[in-house]
Amino acid sequence: MVKVGVFLCHCGRNISEVVDVPRVAEAVRHLPGVTYVDENKYMCSEPGQAAIRQAITEHGLTRVVVASCSPRMHEITFRRAAAQAGLNPYLVEMANLREHCSWVHADDHEAATLKAIELVKKAVARISYNEPLTPQPIPMTRRALVIGGGIAGIQAALDIAAAGHQVTLVERESTIGGRMAQLDKTFPTLDCSSCILTPKMVEVAQNPNIELLTYSEVESVSGFVGSFEVQIRKRATLVDHVKCTGCGICWEKCPEKVPSEFDLARGKRSSIYIPFPQAVPVKPVVDQVHCRYIKYQEFEASGAEGKKPPQCRICEKLCPPQALAWDQEDEAVTEKFGAIVVATGYDPFDPTVYGEFGYGQYPDVITGLELERLLSASGPTEGHVLRPSDGTPPKTVVFLSCIGSRDEERGKAYCSQICCMYMAKHAIVLKEHDPEVQSYIFYIDNRAVGKGYEEFSRRAQEDAGAVYLRGRVAKVFPQDGKLVVMGEDSLIGRQVEIAADMVVLAAAVVPSRGADEVARMLNISYDSDHFLVEAHPKLRPVETHTDGVFLAGACVSPCDVPQSVSRGSAAAAKTLALLSKETLVGEPTTAVVDALRCSGCQLCLEVCPFNAISTQVVAGRTVASVNEGLCKGCGLCSAVCRPAAIGVKGSTHKQLLAEVASLWT
Amino acid sequence: MTKQVAYFPGCALEGSAREYDVSTRRVFAALGVELLEVPDWVCCGASSTHGRGQEVALALPAHALRAASQMGLPLMSPCAMCYSRFKLASLELAHPEARARTEAALGQDIGELPSVLHPLQVLDEIAPQATVPLDIKVASYYGCLLVRPPAAGFDDQENPTIMDRIVAGWGAQPVSWAFKTECCGAGMALARPDMVARLSRRVLEQARQAGAEVVVVACPMCQANLDLYTGEKDTPVLYITQLIGLALGLSPRELMLGRHLINPLPLLRAKGLVNHG
Repeated sequence: MVKVGVFLCHCGRNISEVVDVPRVAEAVRHLPGVTYVDENKYMCSEPGQAAIRQAITEHGLTRVVVASCSPRMHEITFRRAAAQAGLNPYLVEMANLREHCSWVHADDHEAATLKAIELVKKAVARISYNEPLTPQPIPMTRRALVIGGGIAGIQAALDIAAAGHQVTLVERESTIGGRMAQLDKTFPTLDCSSCILTPKMVEVAQNPNIELLTYSEVESVSGFVGSFEVQIRKRATLVDHVKCTGCGICWEKCPEKVPSEFDLARGKRSSIYIPFPQAVPVKPVVDQVHCRYIKYQEFEASGAEGKKPPQCRICEKLCPPQALAWDQEDEAVTEKFGAIVVATGYDPFDPTVYGEFGYGQYPDVITGLELERLLSASGPTEGHVLRPSDGTPPKTVVFLSCIGSRDEERGKAYCSQICCMYMAKHAIVLKEHDPEVQSYIFYIDNRAVGKGYEEFSRRAQEDAGAVYLRGRVAKVFPQDGKLVVMGEDSLIGRQVEIAADMVVLAAAVVPSRGADEVARMLNISYDSDHFLVEAHPKLRPVETHTDGVFLAGACVSPCDVPQSVSRGSAAAAKTLALLSKETLVGEPTTAVVDALRCSGCQLCLEVCPFNAISTQVVAGRTVASVNEGLCKGCGLCSAVCRPAAIGVKGSTHKQLLAEVASLWT
Repeated sequence: MTKQVAYFPGCALEGSAREYDVSTRRVFAALGVELLEVPDWVCCGASSTHGRGQEVALALPAHALRAASQMGLPLMSPCAMCYSRFKLASLELAHPEARARTEAALGQDIGELPSVLHPLQVLDEIAPQATVPLDIKVASYYGCLLVRPPAAGFDDQENPTIMDRIVAGWGAQPVSWAFKTECCGAGMALARPDMVARLSRRVLEQARQAGAEVVVVACPMCQANLDLYTGEKDTPVLYITQLIGLALGLSPRELMLGRHLINPLPLLRAKGLVNHG
């Protein structure tokens, strides 16, 4: 015989102002099973909880219904109170008299009171079928995976390693460092980017807790929090990195020079290469598209007629430790991790959609990131800013902001956050390089919201003499060896034309190529711009809807270096909270299959948003099977199951039918 | 490929731009596209009718759209303004409310809306059959109405390339330049000739700087402003149909090349494009 206690909350006046709570108490007092009814001004308060505990003990209650707010607010509070009094926490149900009733029916007190009575009746009917549930422990693999070796991923890996946990950092390129490695200086303090980044990169390489897998990509992910199984493809570098000493003879002597991706094709690299001098690891890879010997091998294999390409193999001949490994192949490794941090970063927006600015057509129209490479001492011009067209130093430089940002028509609706500040930085740095440089910056709004940012922006105007023009540019065209920038100064209401030597486009920040694929593998969401989606934009900014998967850096939204570092550390903190446990406590309200009823139609597989359902063969029949680690208890499977073979613990078919039936009695 | 189209010359092609009409008819005839003139056509509604209210601004182009619909053919007008009016009107008439209002004003059903074409779209689909090599550097000038507003345009708004592609197909060398879609001054020629001269001169100047020997256009207004108001002598402004006509071996007389203020004949003779016929 169940003994149900009903606890009615006034929620201050939130509920009682609209719902006649004493009348509800009277109406439910004689429902079958109800043996105790109480009211409280604040059920969630300590006295309110104490009343529940006391009633359970004194009246031998076996079920508790709390009629108050949404279970999203206080289900945990009341379950905990019941547990303290020795009742299984899953024998507590809530009736939502606030969000579902008093707040939305404030204009009709009578109807609200009637509805409140029905809501409580429903919960009472349901609760007699509740069964005690016990959470299952989930074993924790105390290792973390970080995907992406930019500053956010580096920071996350270092923080996890510093807490004494093993972490694997996977990076697609042959070096870590990411976008930050491409920068010359960083705002607002003008630290040299590599000077502050390379110590961290070296630390990653030397930290015994960090396994660094560069030139590698995540291929597939299965499992769930505590035990993700991740397949990682280590691409063939054709260099034995154990033997290689990183002496540099090969990349200096390799005769096949091709455009350098790291320098955004503004400079050259050899076909066996490291992307930049401070690369970590300082071990080269062979570019299999351009290498002469690879081309020779392909020619031989194709059996084609004609002149053979040169065999070359200069790197092999000169390599002191004989580290070239021509027959090396891609290697797939599968490793197990307890938690995953995604830090896939960003790419610059392709500005060629703005035909009027002539990017790709006029060589002296470049992007902000390309200017970084020209400013960098290790860049293609060794830090001398020279026009790509004729190699002369530019004296008049015009910056165009929001190229692809804040433009729903042809670009992205969002603000890319970093551009205003890096344009100010460029104006200051260009002036330092050459006092004769005059910068003009076309802007929509100058967004300088960060510590020291407004001051920095002022410095660009006052010390570096940058002229800020509020308005958009209509066109860039060549005239008499210059690039004429035709735009509007909306503050004086005039068209302006500036004859520039160089035009710099502040291209928008877009998610890194392939980030959406990673998201699909991990079963996390991305938005219409393909940025990865947080579990809550304010309160859970690094978590995702997949337990054990966290986000860091610009894969979530455009962000600068300080923010990337913060997000990296935040993701590490969340990861460490998991790794600090031997086991996790799973939520027991998962789906469960009645194999005798299951027809094997597999509709549930299709609707499950968490890929938690697979099939198994039981007594020769294929039936659905639920992975309780992945199941979130959403109930979609239960809704589509025609033979009602799949149900969710804590929301069984019996419970739901009892609720519905209660409305007719 | 459409072999027949409903042809709407419009007012400009009967007056200041007769050479555009004549060259279009001759070129399309040579290419095997039959132009069936819209019977009893009236003003397309360009320029002045926007200010007279939505009803008349839709009813006038609807008249030609209805005629083409009855002919069962796509509606083609070489004039960029007519084209733009028809295209925008057909988009607006897709809304039942606008359609009902317009049909009430016309006193007739419009029928199934025809597709609206500009000759450039048709030429882009025809394989060139040049008999005379067009060894000439060409700046393609699009002006505003062929590409804007985006709903009515048929190419990139900032860097359109359809004309460049067509003239290249016929053997000419399109130059890359930045003023393809700059304003020519449009309808301000009478009110502010100084401004039209300034804007149009700049277009020609930019074309020359880019190395063009001739500018091709597909809009009577562009042609008039560049040709009449700049006071230039050196860079002729031809309709694209005139240039294609030359490649097809048509004579200057057949293409009415003598009607331009900037005389193209010395250049075309020097280039060997007009020695025959």
